[in-house]
Amino acid sequence: MHDSSTTVVHDRNGEAHAAHNPALLHHFAEPQQQRDAASLGMWVFLATEVMFFGGLFCAYLVYRQWYFGDFAAASKSINMGLGATNTAVLICSSLTVVLAVWAAQTARRSLLIGSLALTMLLGLTFLGIKGIEYRDKFVEHHVPGASFSFENEPIPGHPGQYANARHAQMFFSLYFVMTGLHALHMIIGLGIFLWLLIMAWKGRFTPEWHTPVEIGGLYWHFVDIVWIYLFPLLYLIDRHP
Amino acid sequence: MATPILQPVERENYLNKEYGVWSWLLTTDHKRIALLYLISITLFFFIGGFFALLIRLELLTPAGDLVQADTYNKLFTMHGMVMVFFFLIPSIPAVLGNFLVPMMIGAKDLAFPRINLLSWYLYIIGGVMMLHCMLTGGVDTGWTFYAPFSTSFTNTNFIEAGLAIFVAGFSSILTGLNFVVTIHRMRAPGMTWSRLPLFIWAHYATSIIQLLGTPVIAVTIVLVAAERALHLGIFDPKLGGDPLLFQHLFWFYSHPAVYIMILPSMGVITEIIACFSRKRIFGYHFVAFSSIAIAVFGFLVWAHHMFVAGISVYSALVFSFLSYAVALPSAIKVFNWTATLYKGSIHYDAPMLYAFGFLGLFTIGGLTGLFLAALGIDVHVTDTYFVVAHFHYIMVGGAVMGYLGGMHFWWPKISGRLYPEGWARLAALIVFIGFNLTFFPQFVLGYMGMPRRYYDYSHMPEFQVLNVLSTAGATVLGVGYLLPMVYFLWSMRYGKPASDNPWNAAGLEWQTASPPTTFNFDAEPVVTWEAYNYEELDAPHKEGVPVAR
Amino acid sequence: MSAHSSATSSPLKMYFAVFFALLVGTGLTVYAATLDLGRYNAAVALGIATIKATLVALFFMHVWHASEKLTKLVVIAALFFLLLLLGLTMSDYATRMWS
Repeated sequence: MHDSSTTVVHDRNGEAHAAHNPALLHHFAEPQQQRDAASLGMWVFLATEVMFFGGLFCAYLVYRQWYFGDFAAASKSINMGLGATNTAVLICSSLTVVLAVWAAQTARRSLLIGSLALTMLLGLTFLGIKGIEYRDKFVEHHVPGASFSFENEPIPGHPGQYANARHAQMFFSLYFVMTGLHALHMIIGLGIFLWLLIMAWKGRFTPEWHTPVEIGGLYWHFVDIVWIYLFPLLYLIDRHP
Repeated sequence: MATPILQPVERENYLNKEYGVWSWLLTTDHKRIALLYLISITLFFFIGGFFALLIRLELLTPAGDLVQADTYNKLFTMHGMVMVFFFLIPSIPAVLGNFLVPMMIGAKDLAFPRINLLSWYLYIIGGVMMLHCMLTGGVDTGWTFYAPFSTSFTNTNFIEAGLAIFVAGFSSILTGLNFVVTIHRMRAPGMTWSRLPLFIWAHYATSIIQLLGTPVIAVTIVLVAAERALHLGIFDPKLGGDPLLFQHLFWFYSHPAVYIMILPSMGVITEIIACFSRKRIFGYHFVAFSSIAIAVFGFLVWAHHMFVAGISVYSALVFSFLSYAVALPSAIKVFNWTATLYKGSIHYDAPMLYAFGFLGLFTIGGLTGLFLAALGIDVHVTDTYFVVAHFHYIMVGGAVMGYLGGMHFWWPKISGRLYPEGWARLAALIVFIGFNLTFFPQFVLGYMGMPRRYYDYSHMPEFQVLNVLSTAGATVLGVGYLLPMVYFLWSMRYGKPASDNPWNAAGLEWQTASPPTTFNFDAEPVVTWEAYNYEELDAPHKEGVPVAR
Repeated sequence: MSAHSSATSSPLKMYFAVFFALLVGTGLTVYAATLDLGRYNAAVALGIATIKATLVALFFMHVWHASEKLTKLVVIAALFFLLLLLGLTMSDYATRMWS
């Protein structure tokens, strides 16, 4: 538990501990306890996030059952290529995140900084592609509201039937809320990683202490997992020709 | 703020360690944060109580003559929102939980002290938003803000109220997160799960609910706000939406929320009953696991609030059955408390009076919940005063009594002073009498058919007598609540100084000073004894008399 | 946490293996969506998504090598309550037309 950067002192009970490790907070007995607390804290927070998105998935599930054909028609109108690309982008970013954590564990400063920066770049790419998709929807009048229009869109697999505009609008309402909330979480993730990047640049992370990188990584992976579900549910309802 | 207590030779403790507003507003000491919460929730209790007073005044007469219909809608809405989200949900966890959880497990603080402070600031921000909303016209949707009224038809500023609740909910989530991590990671050596005070088990179970339930109402508020602001049609039938989906999402949190309100109170009652019977709690593990069972089962029953709303009959059957099941762990607790009393050495100090009140009133409230779980009965009494009486028995007769009992029990620890016992017993009695006078008539009113949320019952003037009794009771209850405020404050300057353990109670918190130092313990405790070791504590005193006050 | 599991060179191989599996899974999902599998389209898509999510959780988030059962318990608890929300809500919607 000791390394050259910490001083060993003995408290009144004769216990030795790294009292001058600047990262050890006073109410913890030892660094491992602090690390375990931070890790458990992030996992528990992610559990709350599962329930937060869960409410939206519940709404989506109900209306997809009710309006399957209309949802399928609406789903066909969003760009599957861009969605798949974004999925690949996020998968790459999850790789760069685990590389960053490994780099921190093995004291590879350049790799750490590079991985964190690359993660951010991929995150920005994701948001950029999302922005293009949103713009496309705006141009096509698929944004719910007064100017929404979804006429003469055939229901896949049912020749001669056209989608009900009201029900299609429900799809788009859910699409914007779910991807919007996901994008908000991405933006927060970018903020977290910017902070990690700055800390890494300043050399604050060591193999003994790099907890923020680990728990920041957990958060990023979670945001990736949400997208892993959003992609097929929103983009791939019915894509057979 | 705490008045500095000036005595000739005063030890340093968490109250006098530092003075000044910023030492309080930027504190990370869990005990100071608990007091910050205490002041804030007391303020909201008064605000919610004020709305209750206006409601009861209006209902003195059958005609709607005190306020207009829209105003009355705002009164019961604000009463509910303030009392549920800004008083009851935080109350025991944020005040007693924050203060005691670290001490009871032998830790110096919670796992995340800065997040604890953030929790309080989020609560305050939510509270200020709610206050602003109230001052600029209020909301009239009911605390349940059902769609489509809240999304499409109300002319009040629901978005602000909704966001206030959202922010306060985030505060609740962070408190739960802190407790779970603290209880897992910060227990002192020797403090195994089976040696934990049941207060801790209760708060652990509460935290599970806060963590897993609150996010769902948070996202529901987001959807309602989005529908209101952006005209998305998630719950709007005109746009293909289902208002019942709102109710499912709302009650998925709001039913477990009632267990957030009662579980901590049960934890308090367990500690009090053990201490004032001088006995180990009967069936420790049953009580511990029943807390977890309540937390889990509580998530399975939400649609019993929707029996007449239009859900499928088969689904209603399932939820009715599950609602009976959720009563089992609560019943187990009541039996265990009773068994603890049996052959105990009972002392009738004020905390114990509140505990006795809790036992009776919670049982009545719980049993009437079973009546409501029966589909046939529910069809008749849903949306009547029967339901209102049921939930007030649990939330006021149960949760608030527990809160007051806990405040009295741990007051010497929190303040270093003793409250005046005579006045406290009187107040407990007044609260009990006032409570029953207020709410028992409401069971009868509901059964007779008086609907809730009505400001005018002139079509059934025979309801007036019971309404007058209820309003009279509310006045008595108000006096009962004011008394502790007065004598607690009085005690901070004039109360007798308390010893470290005036009740000779079991529990690590009583091994700290009264009031404790900032880091609670001089040295990390090492636990080698079981919880509720009253036999050992009383051994030198054959008759089990607590050490002199 | 993972800082104390064996931080050897083998994690890298595992990470890249999982990475490729995720990309393959994405391709498969897209391809399967173009096939007409009737009502199994949704099941296949969600099934592949679940496998991908599981890989991310187990290997990228280190749940597989988690030093404590508690981590796994938190994950299982979150999933359990999510399924509760979805399942019990659908128990209403799925049976409304029966009566």
